[in-house]
Amino acid sequence: MTILRRTALVFGLPSVLFAAWWVFSAGSVDFYRPPLSSILAAFAETWFGSRIRDDVLPSLLRLAAGYSLALVLGIGLGVLIGLSPRLRIAVEPVLEFLRAIPPPVLVPILILFAGIGDLMKVLVVVSGCVWPILLNTVEGVRAIDPVLADTCKAYGIRGADRLRHLVLRSASPQIVTGARQALSVGIILMVISEMFAASSGLGFTVVQFQRGFQIPEMWSGVLLLGLLGVLLSGLFRLVERRVLAWYHGQR
Amino acid sequence: MIRRLLPLSGLLAFALLLEVVPYTGVVSAVYLPPLHRIAGALGQEFGRDAFWTALLDTLRTWLTGLAIAVGAGVVVGVVVGSVPLLRAATASTVEFLRPIPSVALIPLAVLLYGTGRTATLLLVVYASFWQVLVQVLQGVTDVDPVARDTARSYGLGRLARIRWLVWPTTLPYAVTGVRLAAAVALILTVTGELVIGTPGLGKEIALAQSGGAVAQMYALIVVTGLVGVVANVVTRDAEKRVLAWHPAFRKEAAA
Amino acid sequence: MLDVKHLRKVYSGHGRTVEAIGDLTFHVAAGEFVTVVGPSGCGKTTLLRCIAGLLPATAGEIRVDGRPVSGPPPGLAVVFQEYGRSLFPWLRVADNVALPLRRRKLSTVERRKRVHDALAAVGLHDSLEAFPWQLSGGMQQRVAIARAVAYEPRVLLMDEPFAAVDAQTRADLEDLVRDVWRQLRITMVFVTHDIDEAVYLGQRVVMLSRSPTHVLDELTVDLPDERDQLGTRSDPGFSKLRARVYSQIRAAKAPVDLGKTAS
Repeated sequence: MTILRRTALVFGLPSVLFAAWWVFSAGSVDFYRPPLSSILAAFAETWFGSRIRDDVLPSLLRLAAGYSLALVLGIGLGVLIGLSPRLRIAVEPVLEFLRAIPPPVLVPILILFAGIGDLMKVLVVVSGCVWPILLNTVEGVRAIDPVLADTCKAYGIRGADRLRHLVLRSASPQIVTGARQALSVGIILMVISEMFAASSGLGFTVVQFQRGFQIPEMWSGVLLLGLLGVLLSGLFRLVERRVLAWYHGQR
Repeated sequence: MIRRLLPLSGLLAFALLLEVVPYTGVVSAVYLPPLHRIAGALGQEFGRDAFWTALLDTLRTWLTGLAIAVGAGVVVGVVVGSVPLLRAATASTVEFLRPIPSVALIPLAVLLYGTGRTATLLLVVYASFWQVLVQVLQGVTDVDPVARDTARSYGLGRLARIRWLVWPTTLPYAVTGVRLAAAVALILTVTGELVIGTPGLGKEIALAQSGGAVAQMYALIVVTGLVGVVANVVTRDAEKRVLAWHPAFRKEAAA
Repeated sequence: MLDVKHLRKVYSGHGRTVEAIGDLTFHVAAGEFVTVVGPSGCGKTTLLRCIAGLLPATAGEIRVDGRPVSGPPPGLAVVFQEYGRSLFPWLRVADNVALPLRRRKLSTVERRKRVHDALAAVGLHDSLEAFPWQLSGGMQQRVAIARAVAYEPRVLLMDEPFAAVDAQTRADLEDLVRDVWRQLRITMVFVTHDIDEAVYLGQRVVMLSRSPTHVLDELTVDLPDERDQLGTRSDPGFSKLRARVYSQIRAAKAPVDLGKTAS
């Protein structure tokens, strides 16, 4: 009974919404709002062919490259700044300014430096993702429990051991929060960098469909972007559950 | 004393870096003009009417979008949050819709609304709505069950309960939601202007870029950064004020 | 083994200076079990942190094993009062005990054996895989003690380790500490505000004044080494010792106590 109830609660509203979209769009003759059935048909046709390899995969690889680089940079610099109160006070206003710049405006700058190739797109993702990770890492490192820090000192836990077992782990809940924010920013930037200047990629293709008035294809692209967003955030949650098992178990 | 000077020295060092690096040849001065030229371009912008129009356009789109998102987020959040069945039934849908990147809506917005403000507003509202909603939902569930029972046993009606019980508990969460939403809304406002071509600072940046006016482009980017800083400072201050009397202990992200 | 000579500690900052420790001198012989007792807020924790090398002294000298303390001395372990915060919540019990051993040149087998033995000694041989926060407060403090034991220190400092556990657990833990000391014969410095505990555990009790702290008196506990909660605590000798410590501490707590202010 409870399982039935829970299933109904989880799938109830989404199915109703989906059905409503299907039914109300079924007879649509509005050029801009095609029936859901034709969108789904276009979806299979559009994306299950060579486009996966030519457009979807390169986009995701660039996102992965930029995101990983931002993680390394953000955590590395964040630990450095977080561990040194003086450095933190000195760079705080600069960081405050840099992170307040809406990352999409950096696209034109990065085009100047890196052209419109893969490098530019990866850099765009890095330049947007690095701030939430960096700032949250700084906060996390600052908030290390003093008793735990004393324990490390008293037991001679230093250097790499201290970094790995004390600093990074204490800061990990905050780092994960930053990484989660960075992921949604990263997806946005991946798409924008391709909309702005590209000859392939998801964002580029979807905009091409829109400009070419291939409406069902465009809708299917919007759908795919949405699905990717949901999928990546689901993946993130799986990783988070592993990394922060101790943290969630504690509360 | 040192604590006062350190932040200043950080800013000075950053400014100095921006001024000197272009002369070293590490990066071309064509791509990164020295700071004094960016400052000069900024001064020129201040004298241009088009700049002020663009700035006001950006502020208007941003604040309108934010207001709609906050209004909708608070109302929906309080209503859905106070009815357990409704909350349970919508949870999966929220979890599904929230991660959809709002930029996915760009082609749709253009198609349906052209390049006007409405198209950008759609992105802004969609992206920032979830930030507010999720915080408000969390706040509503945070209402002390004992206080809730007390209110009920004294015969307070649903509306009175919301006014005197749910809302005070939720307010700090809502303000945190507004802070997060303000940052996201600004990003998407500028994105819409940059990519769709809605009038505003983003469009000016795109124009400066295509016209090769590099220093002007940097100057405009600095302006967007300053708008962002002001937004952060104001919302964080509001948050601190609301939290000052609120005993709730909550951990919130830094960014 | 442990020498504290004219230790003085002044906290300064924010335009205010607080003299926590005035002038403290005492000595602990190798293998001795000394308890340090004083009214709350008398700088006991400050003293312990100075000995552990976590806090620099303002003046005076501390020597552990003949060497002056300038940082955390090797061969010295600490059990903190805040058991919930001194264990790594992201490490399992066994890993918590093993972490300080990583710098020792031990084979994996040896290290594992040491961890097992230490945990068995505190009665936690079946909680190796648990996370600390899954255990009760008393069990968490046992893990902290096991970590100290596995470290094989020559000096073990304990900072009010049982202040936050319930009375029954506390009695068990007190006996556990006595057992550990009798088996390993390490030098123990046990700080507490509980007079009964101080007398029950120690061979000698060092009584501290209010801050700025100095030593009020020292008392040798002439009770047999074999102690147990029921017998020892109802022993007339125990009551007499307890009364002596109590009157000293109460005198120290009295608001007017100008006679013994530190120089």
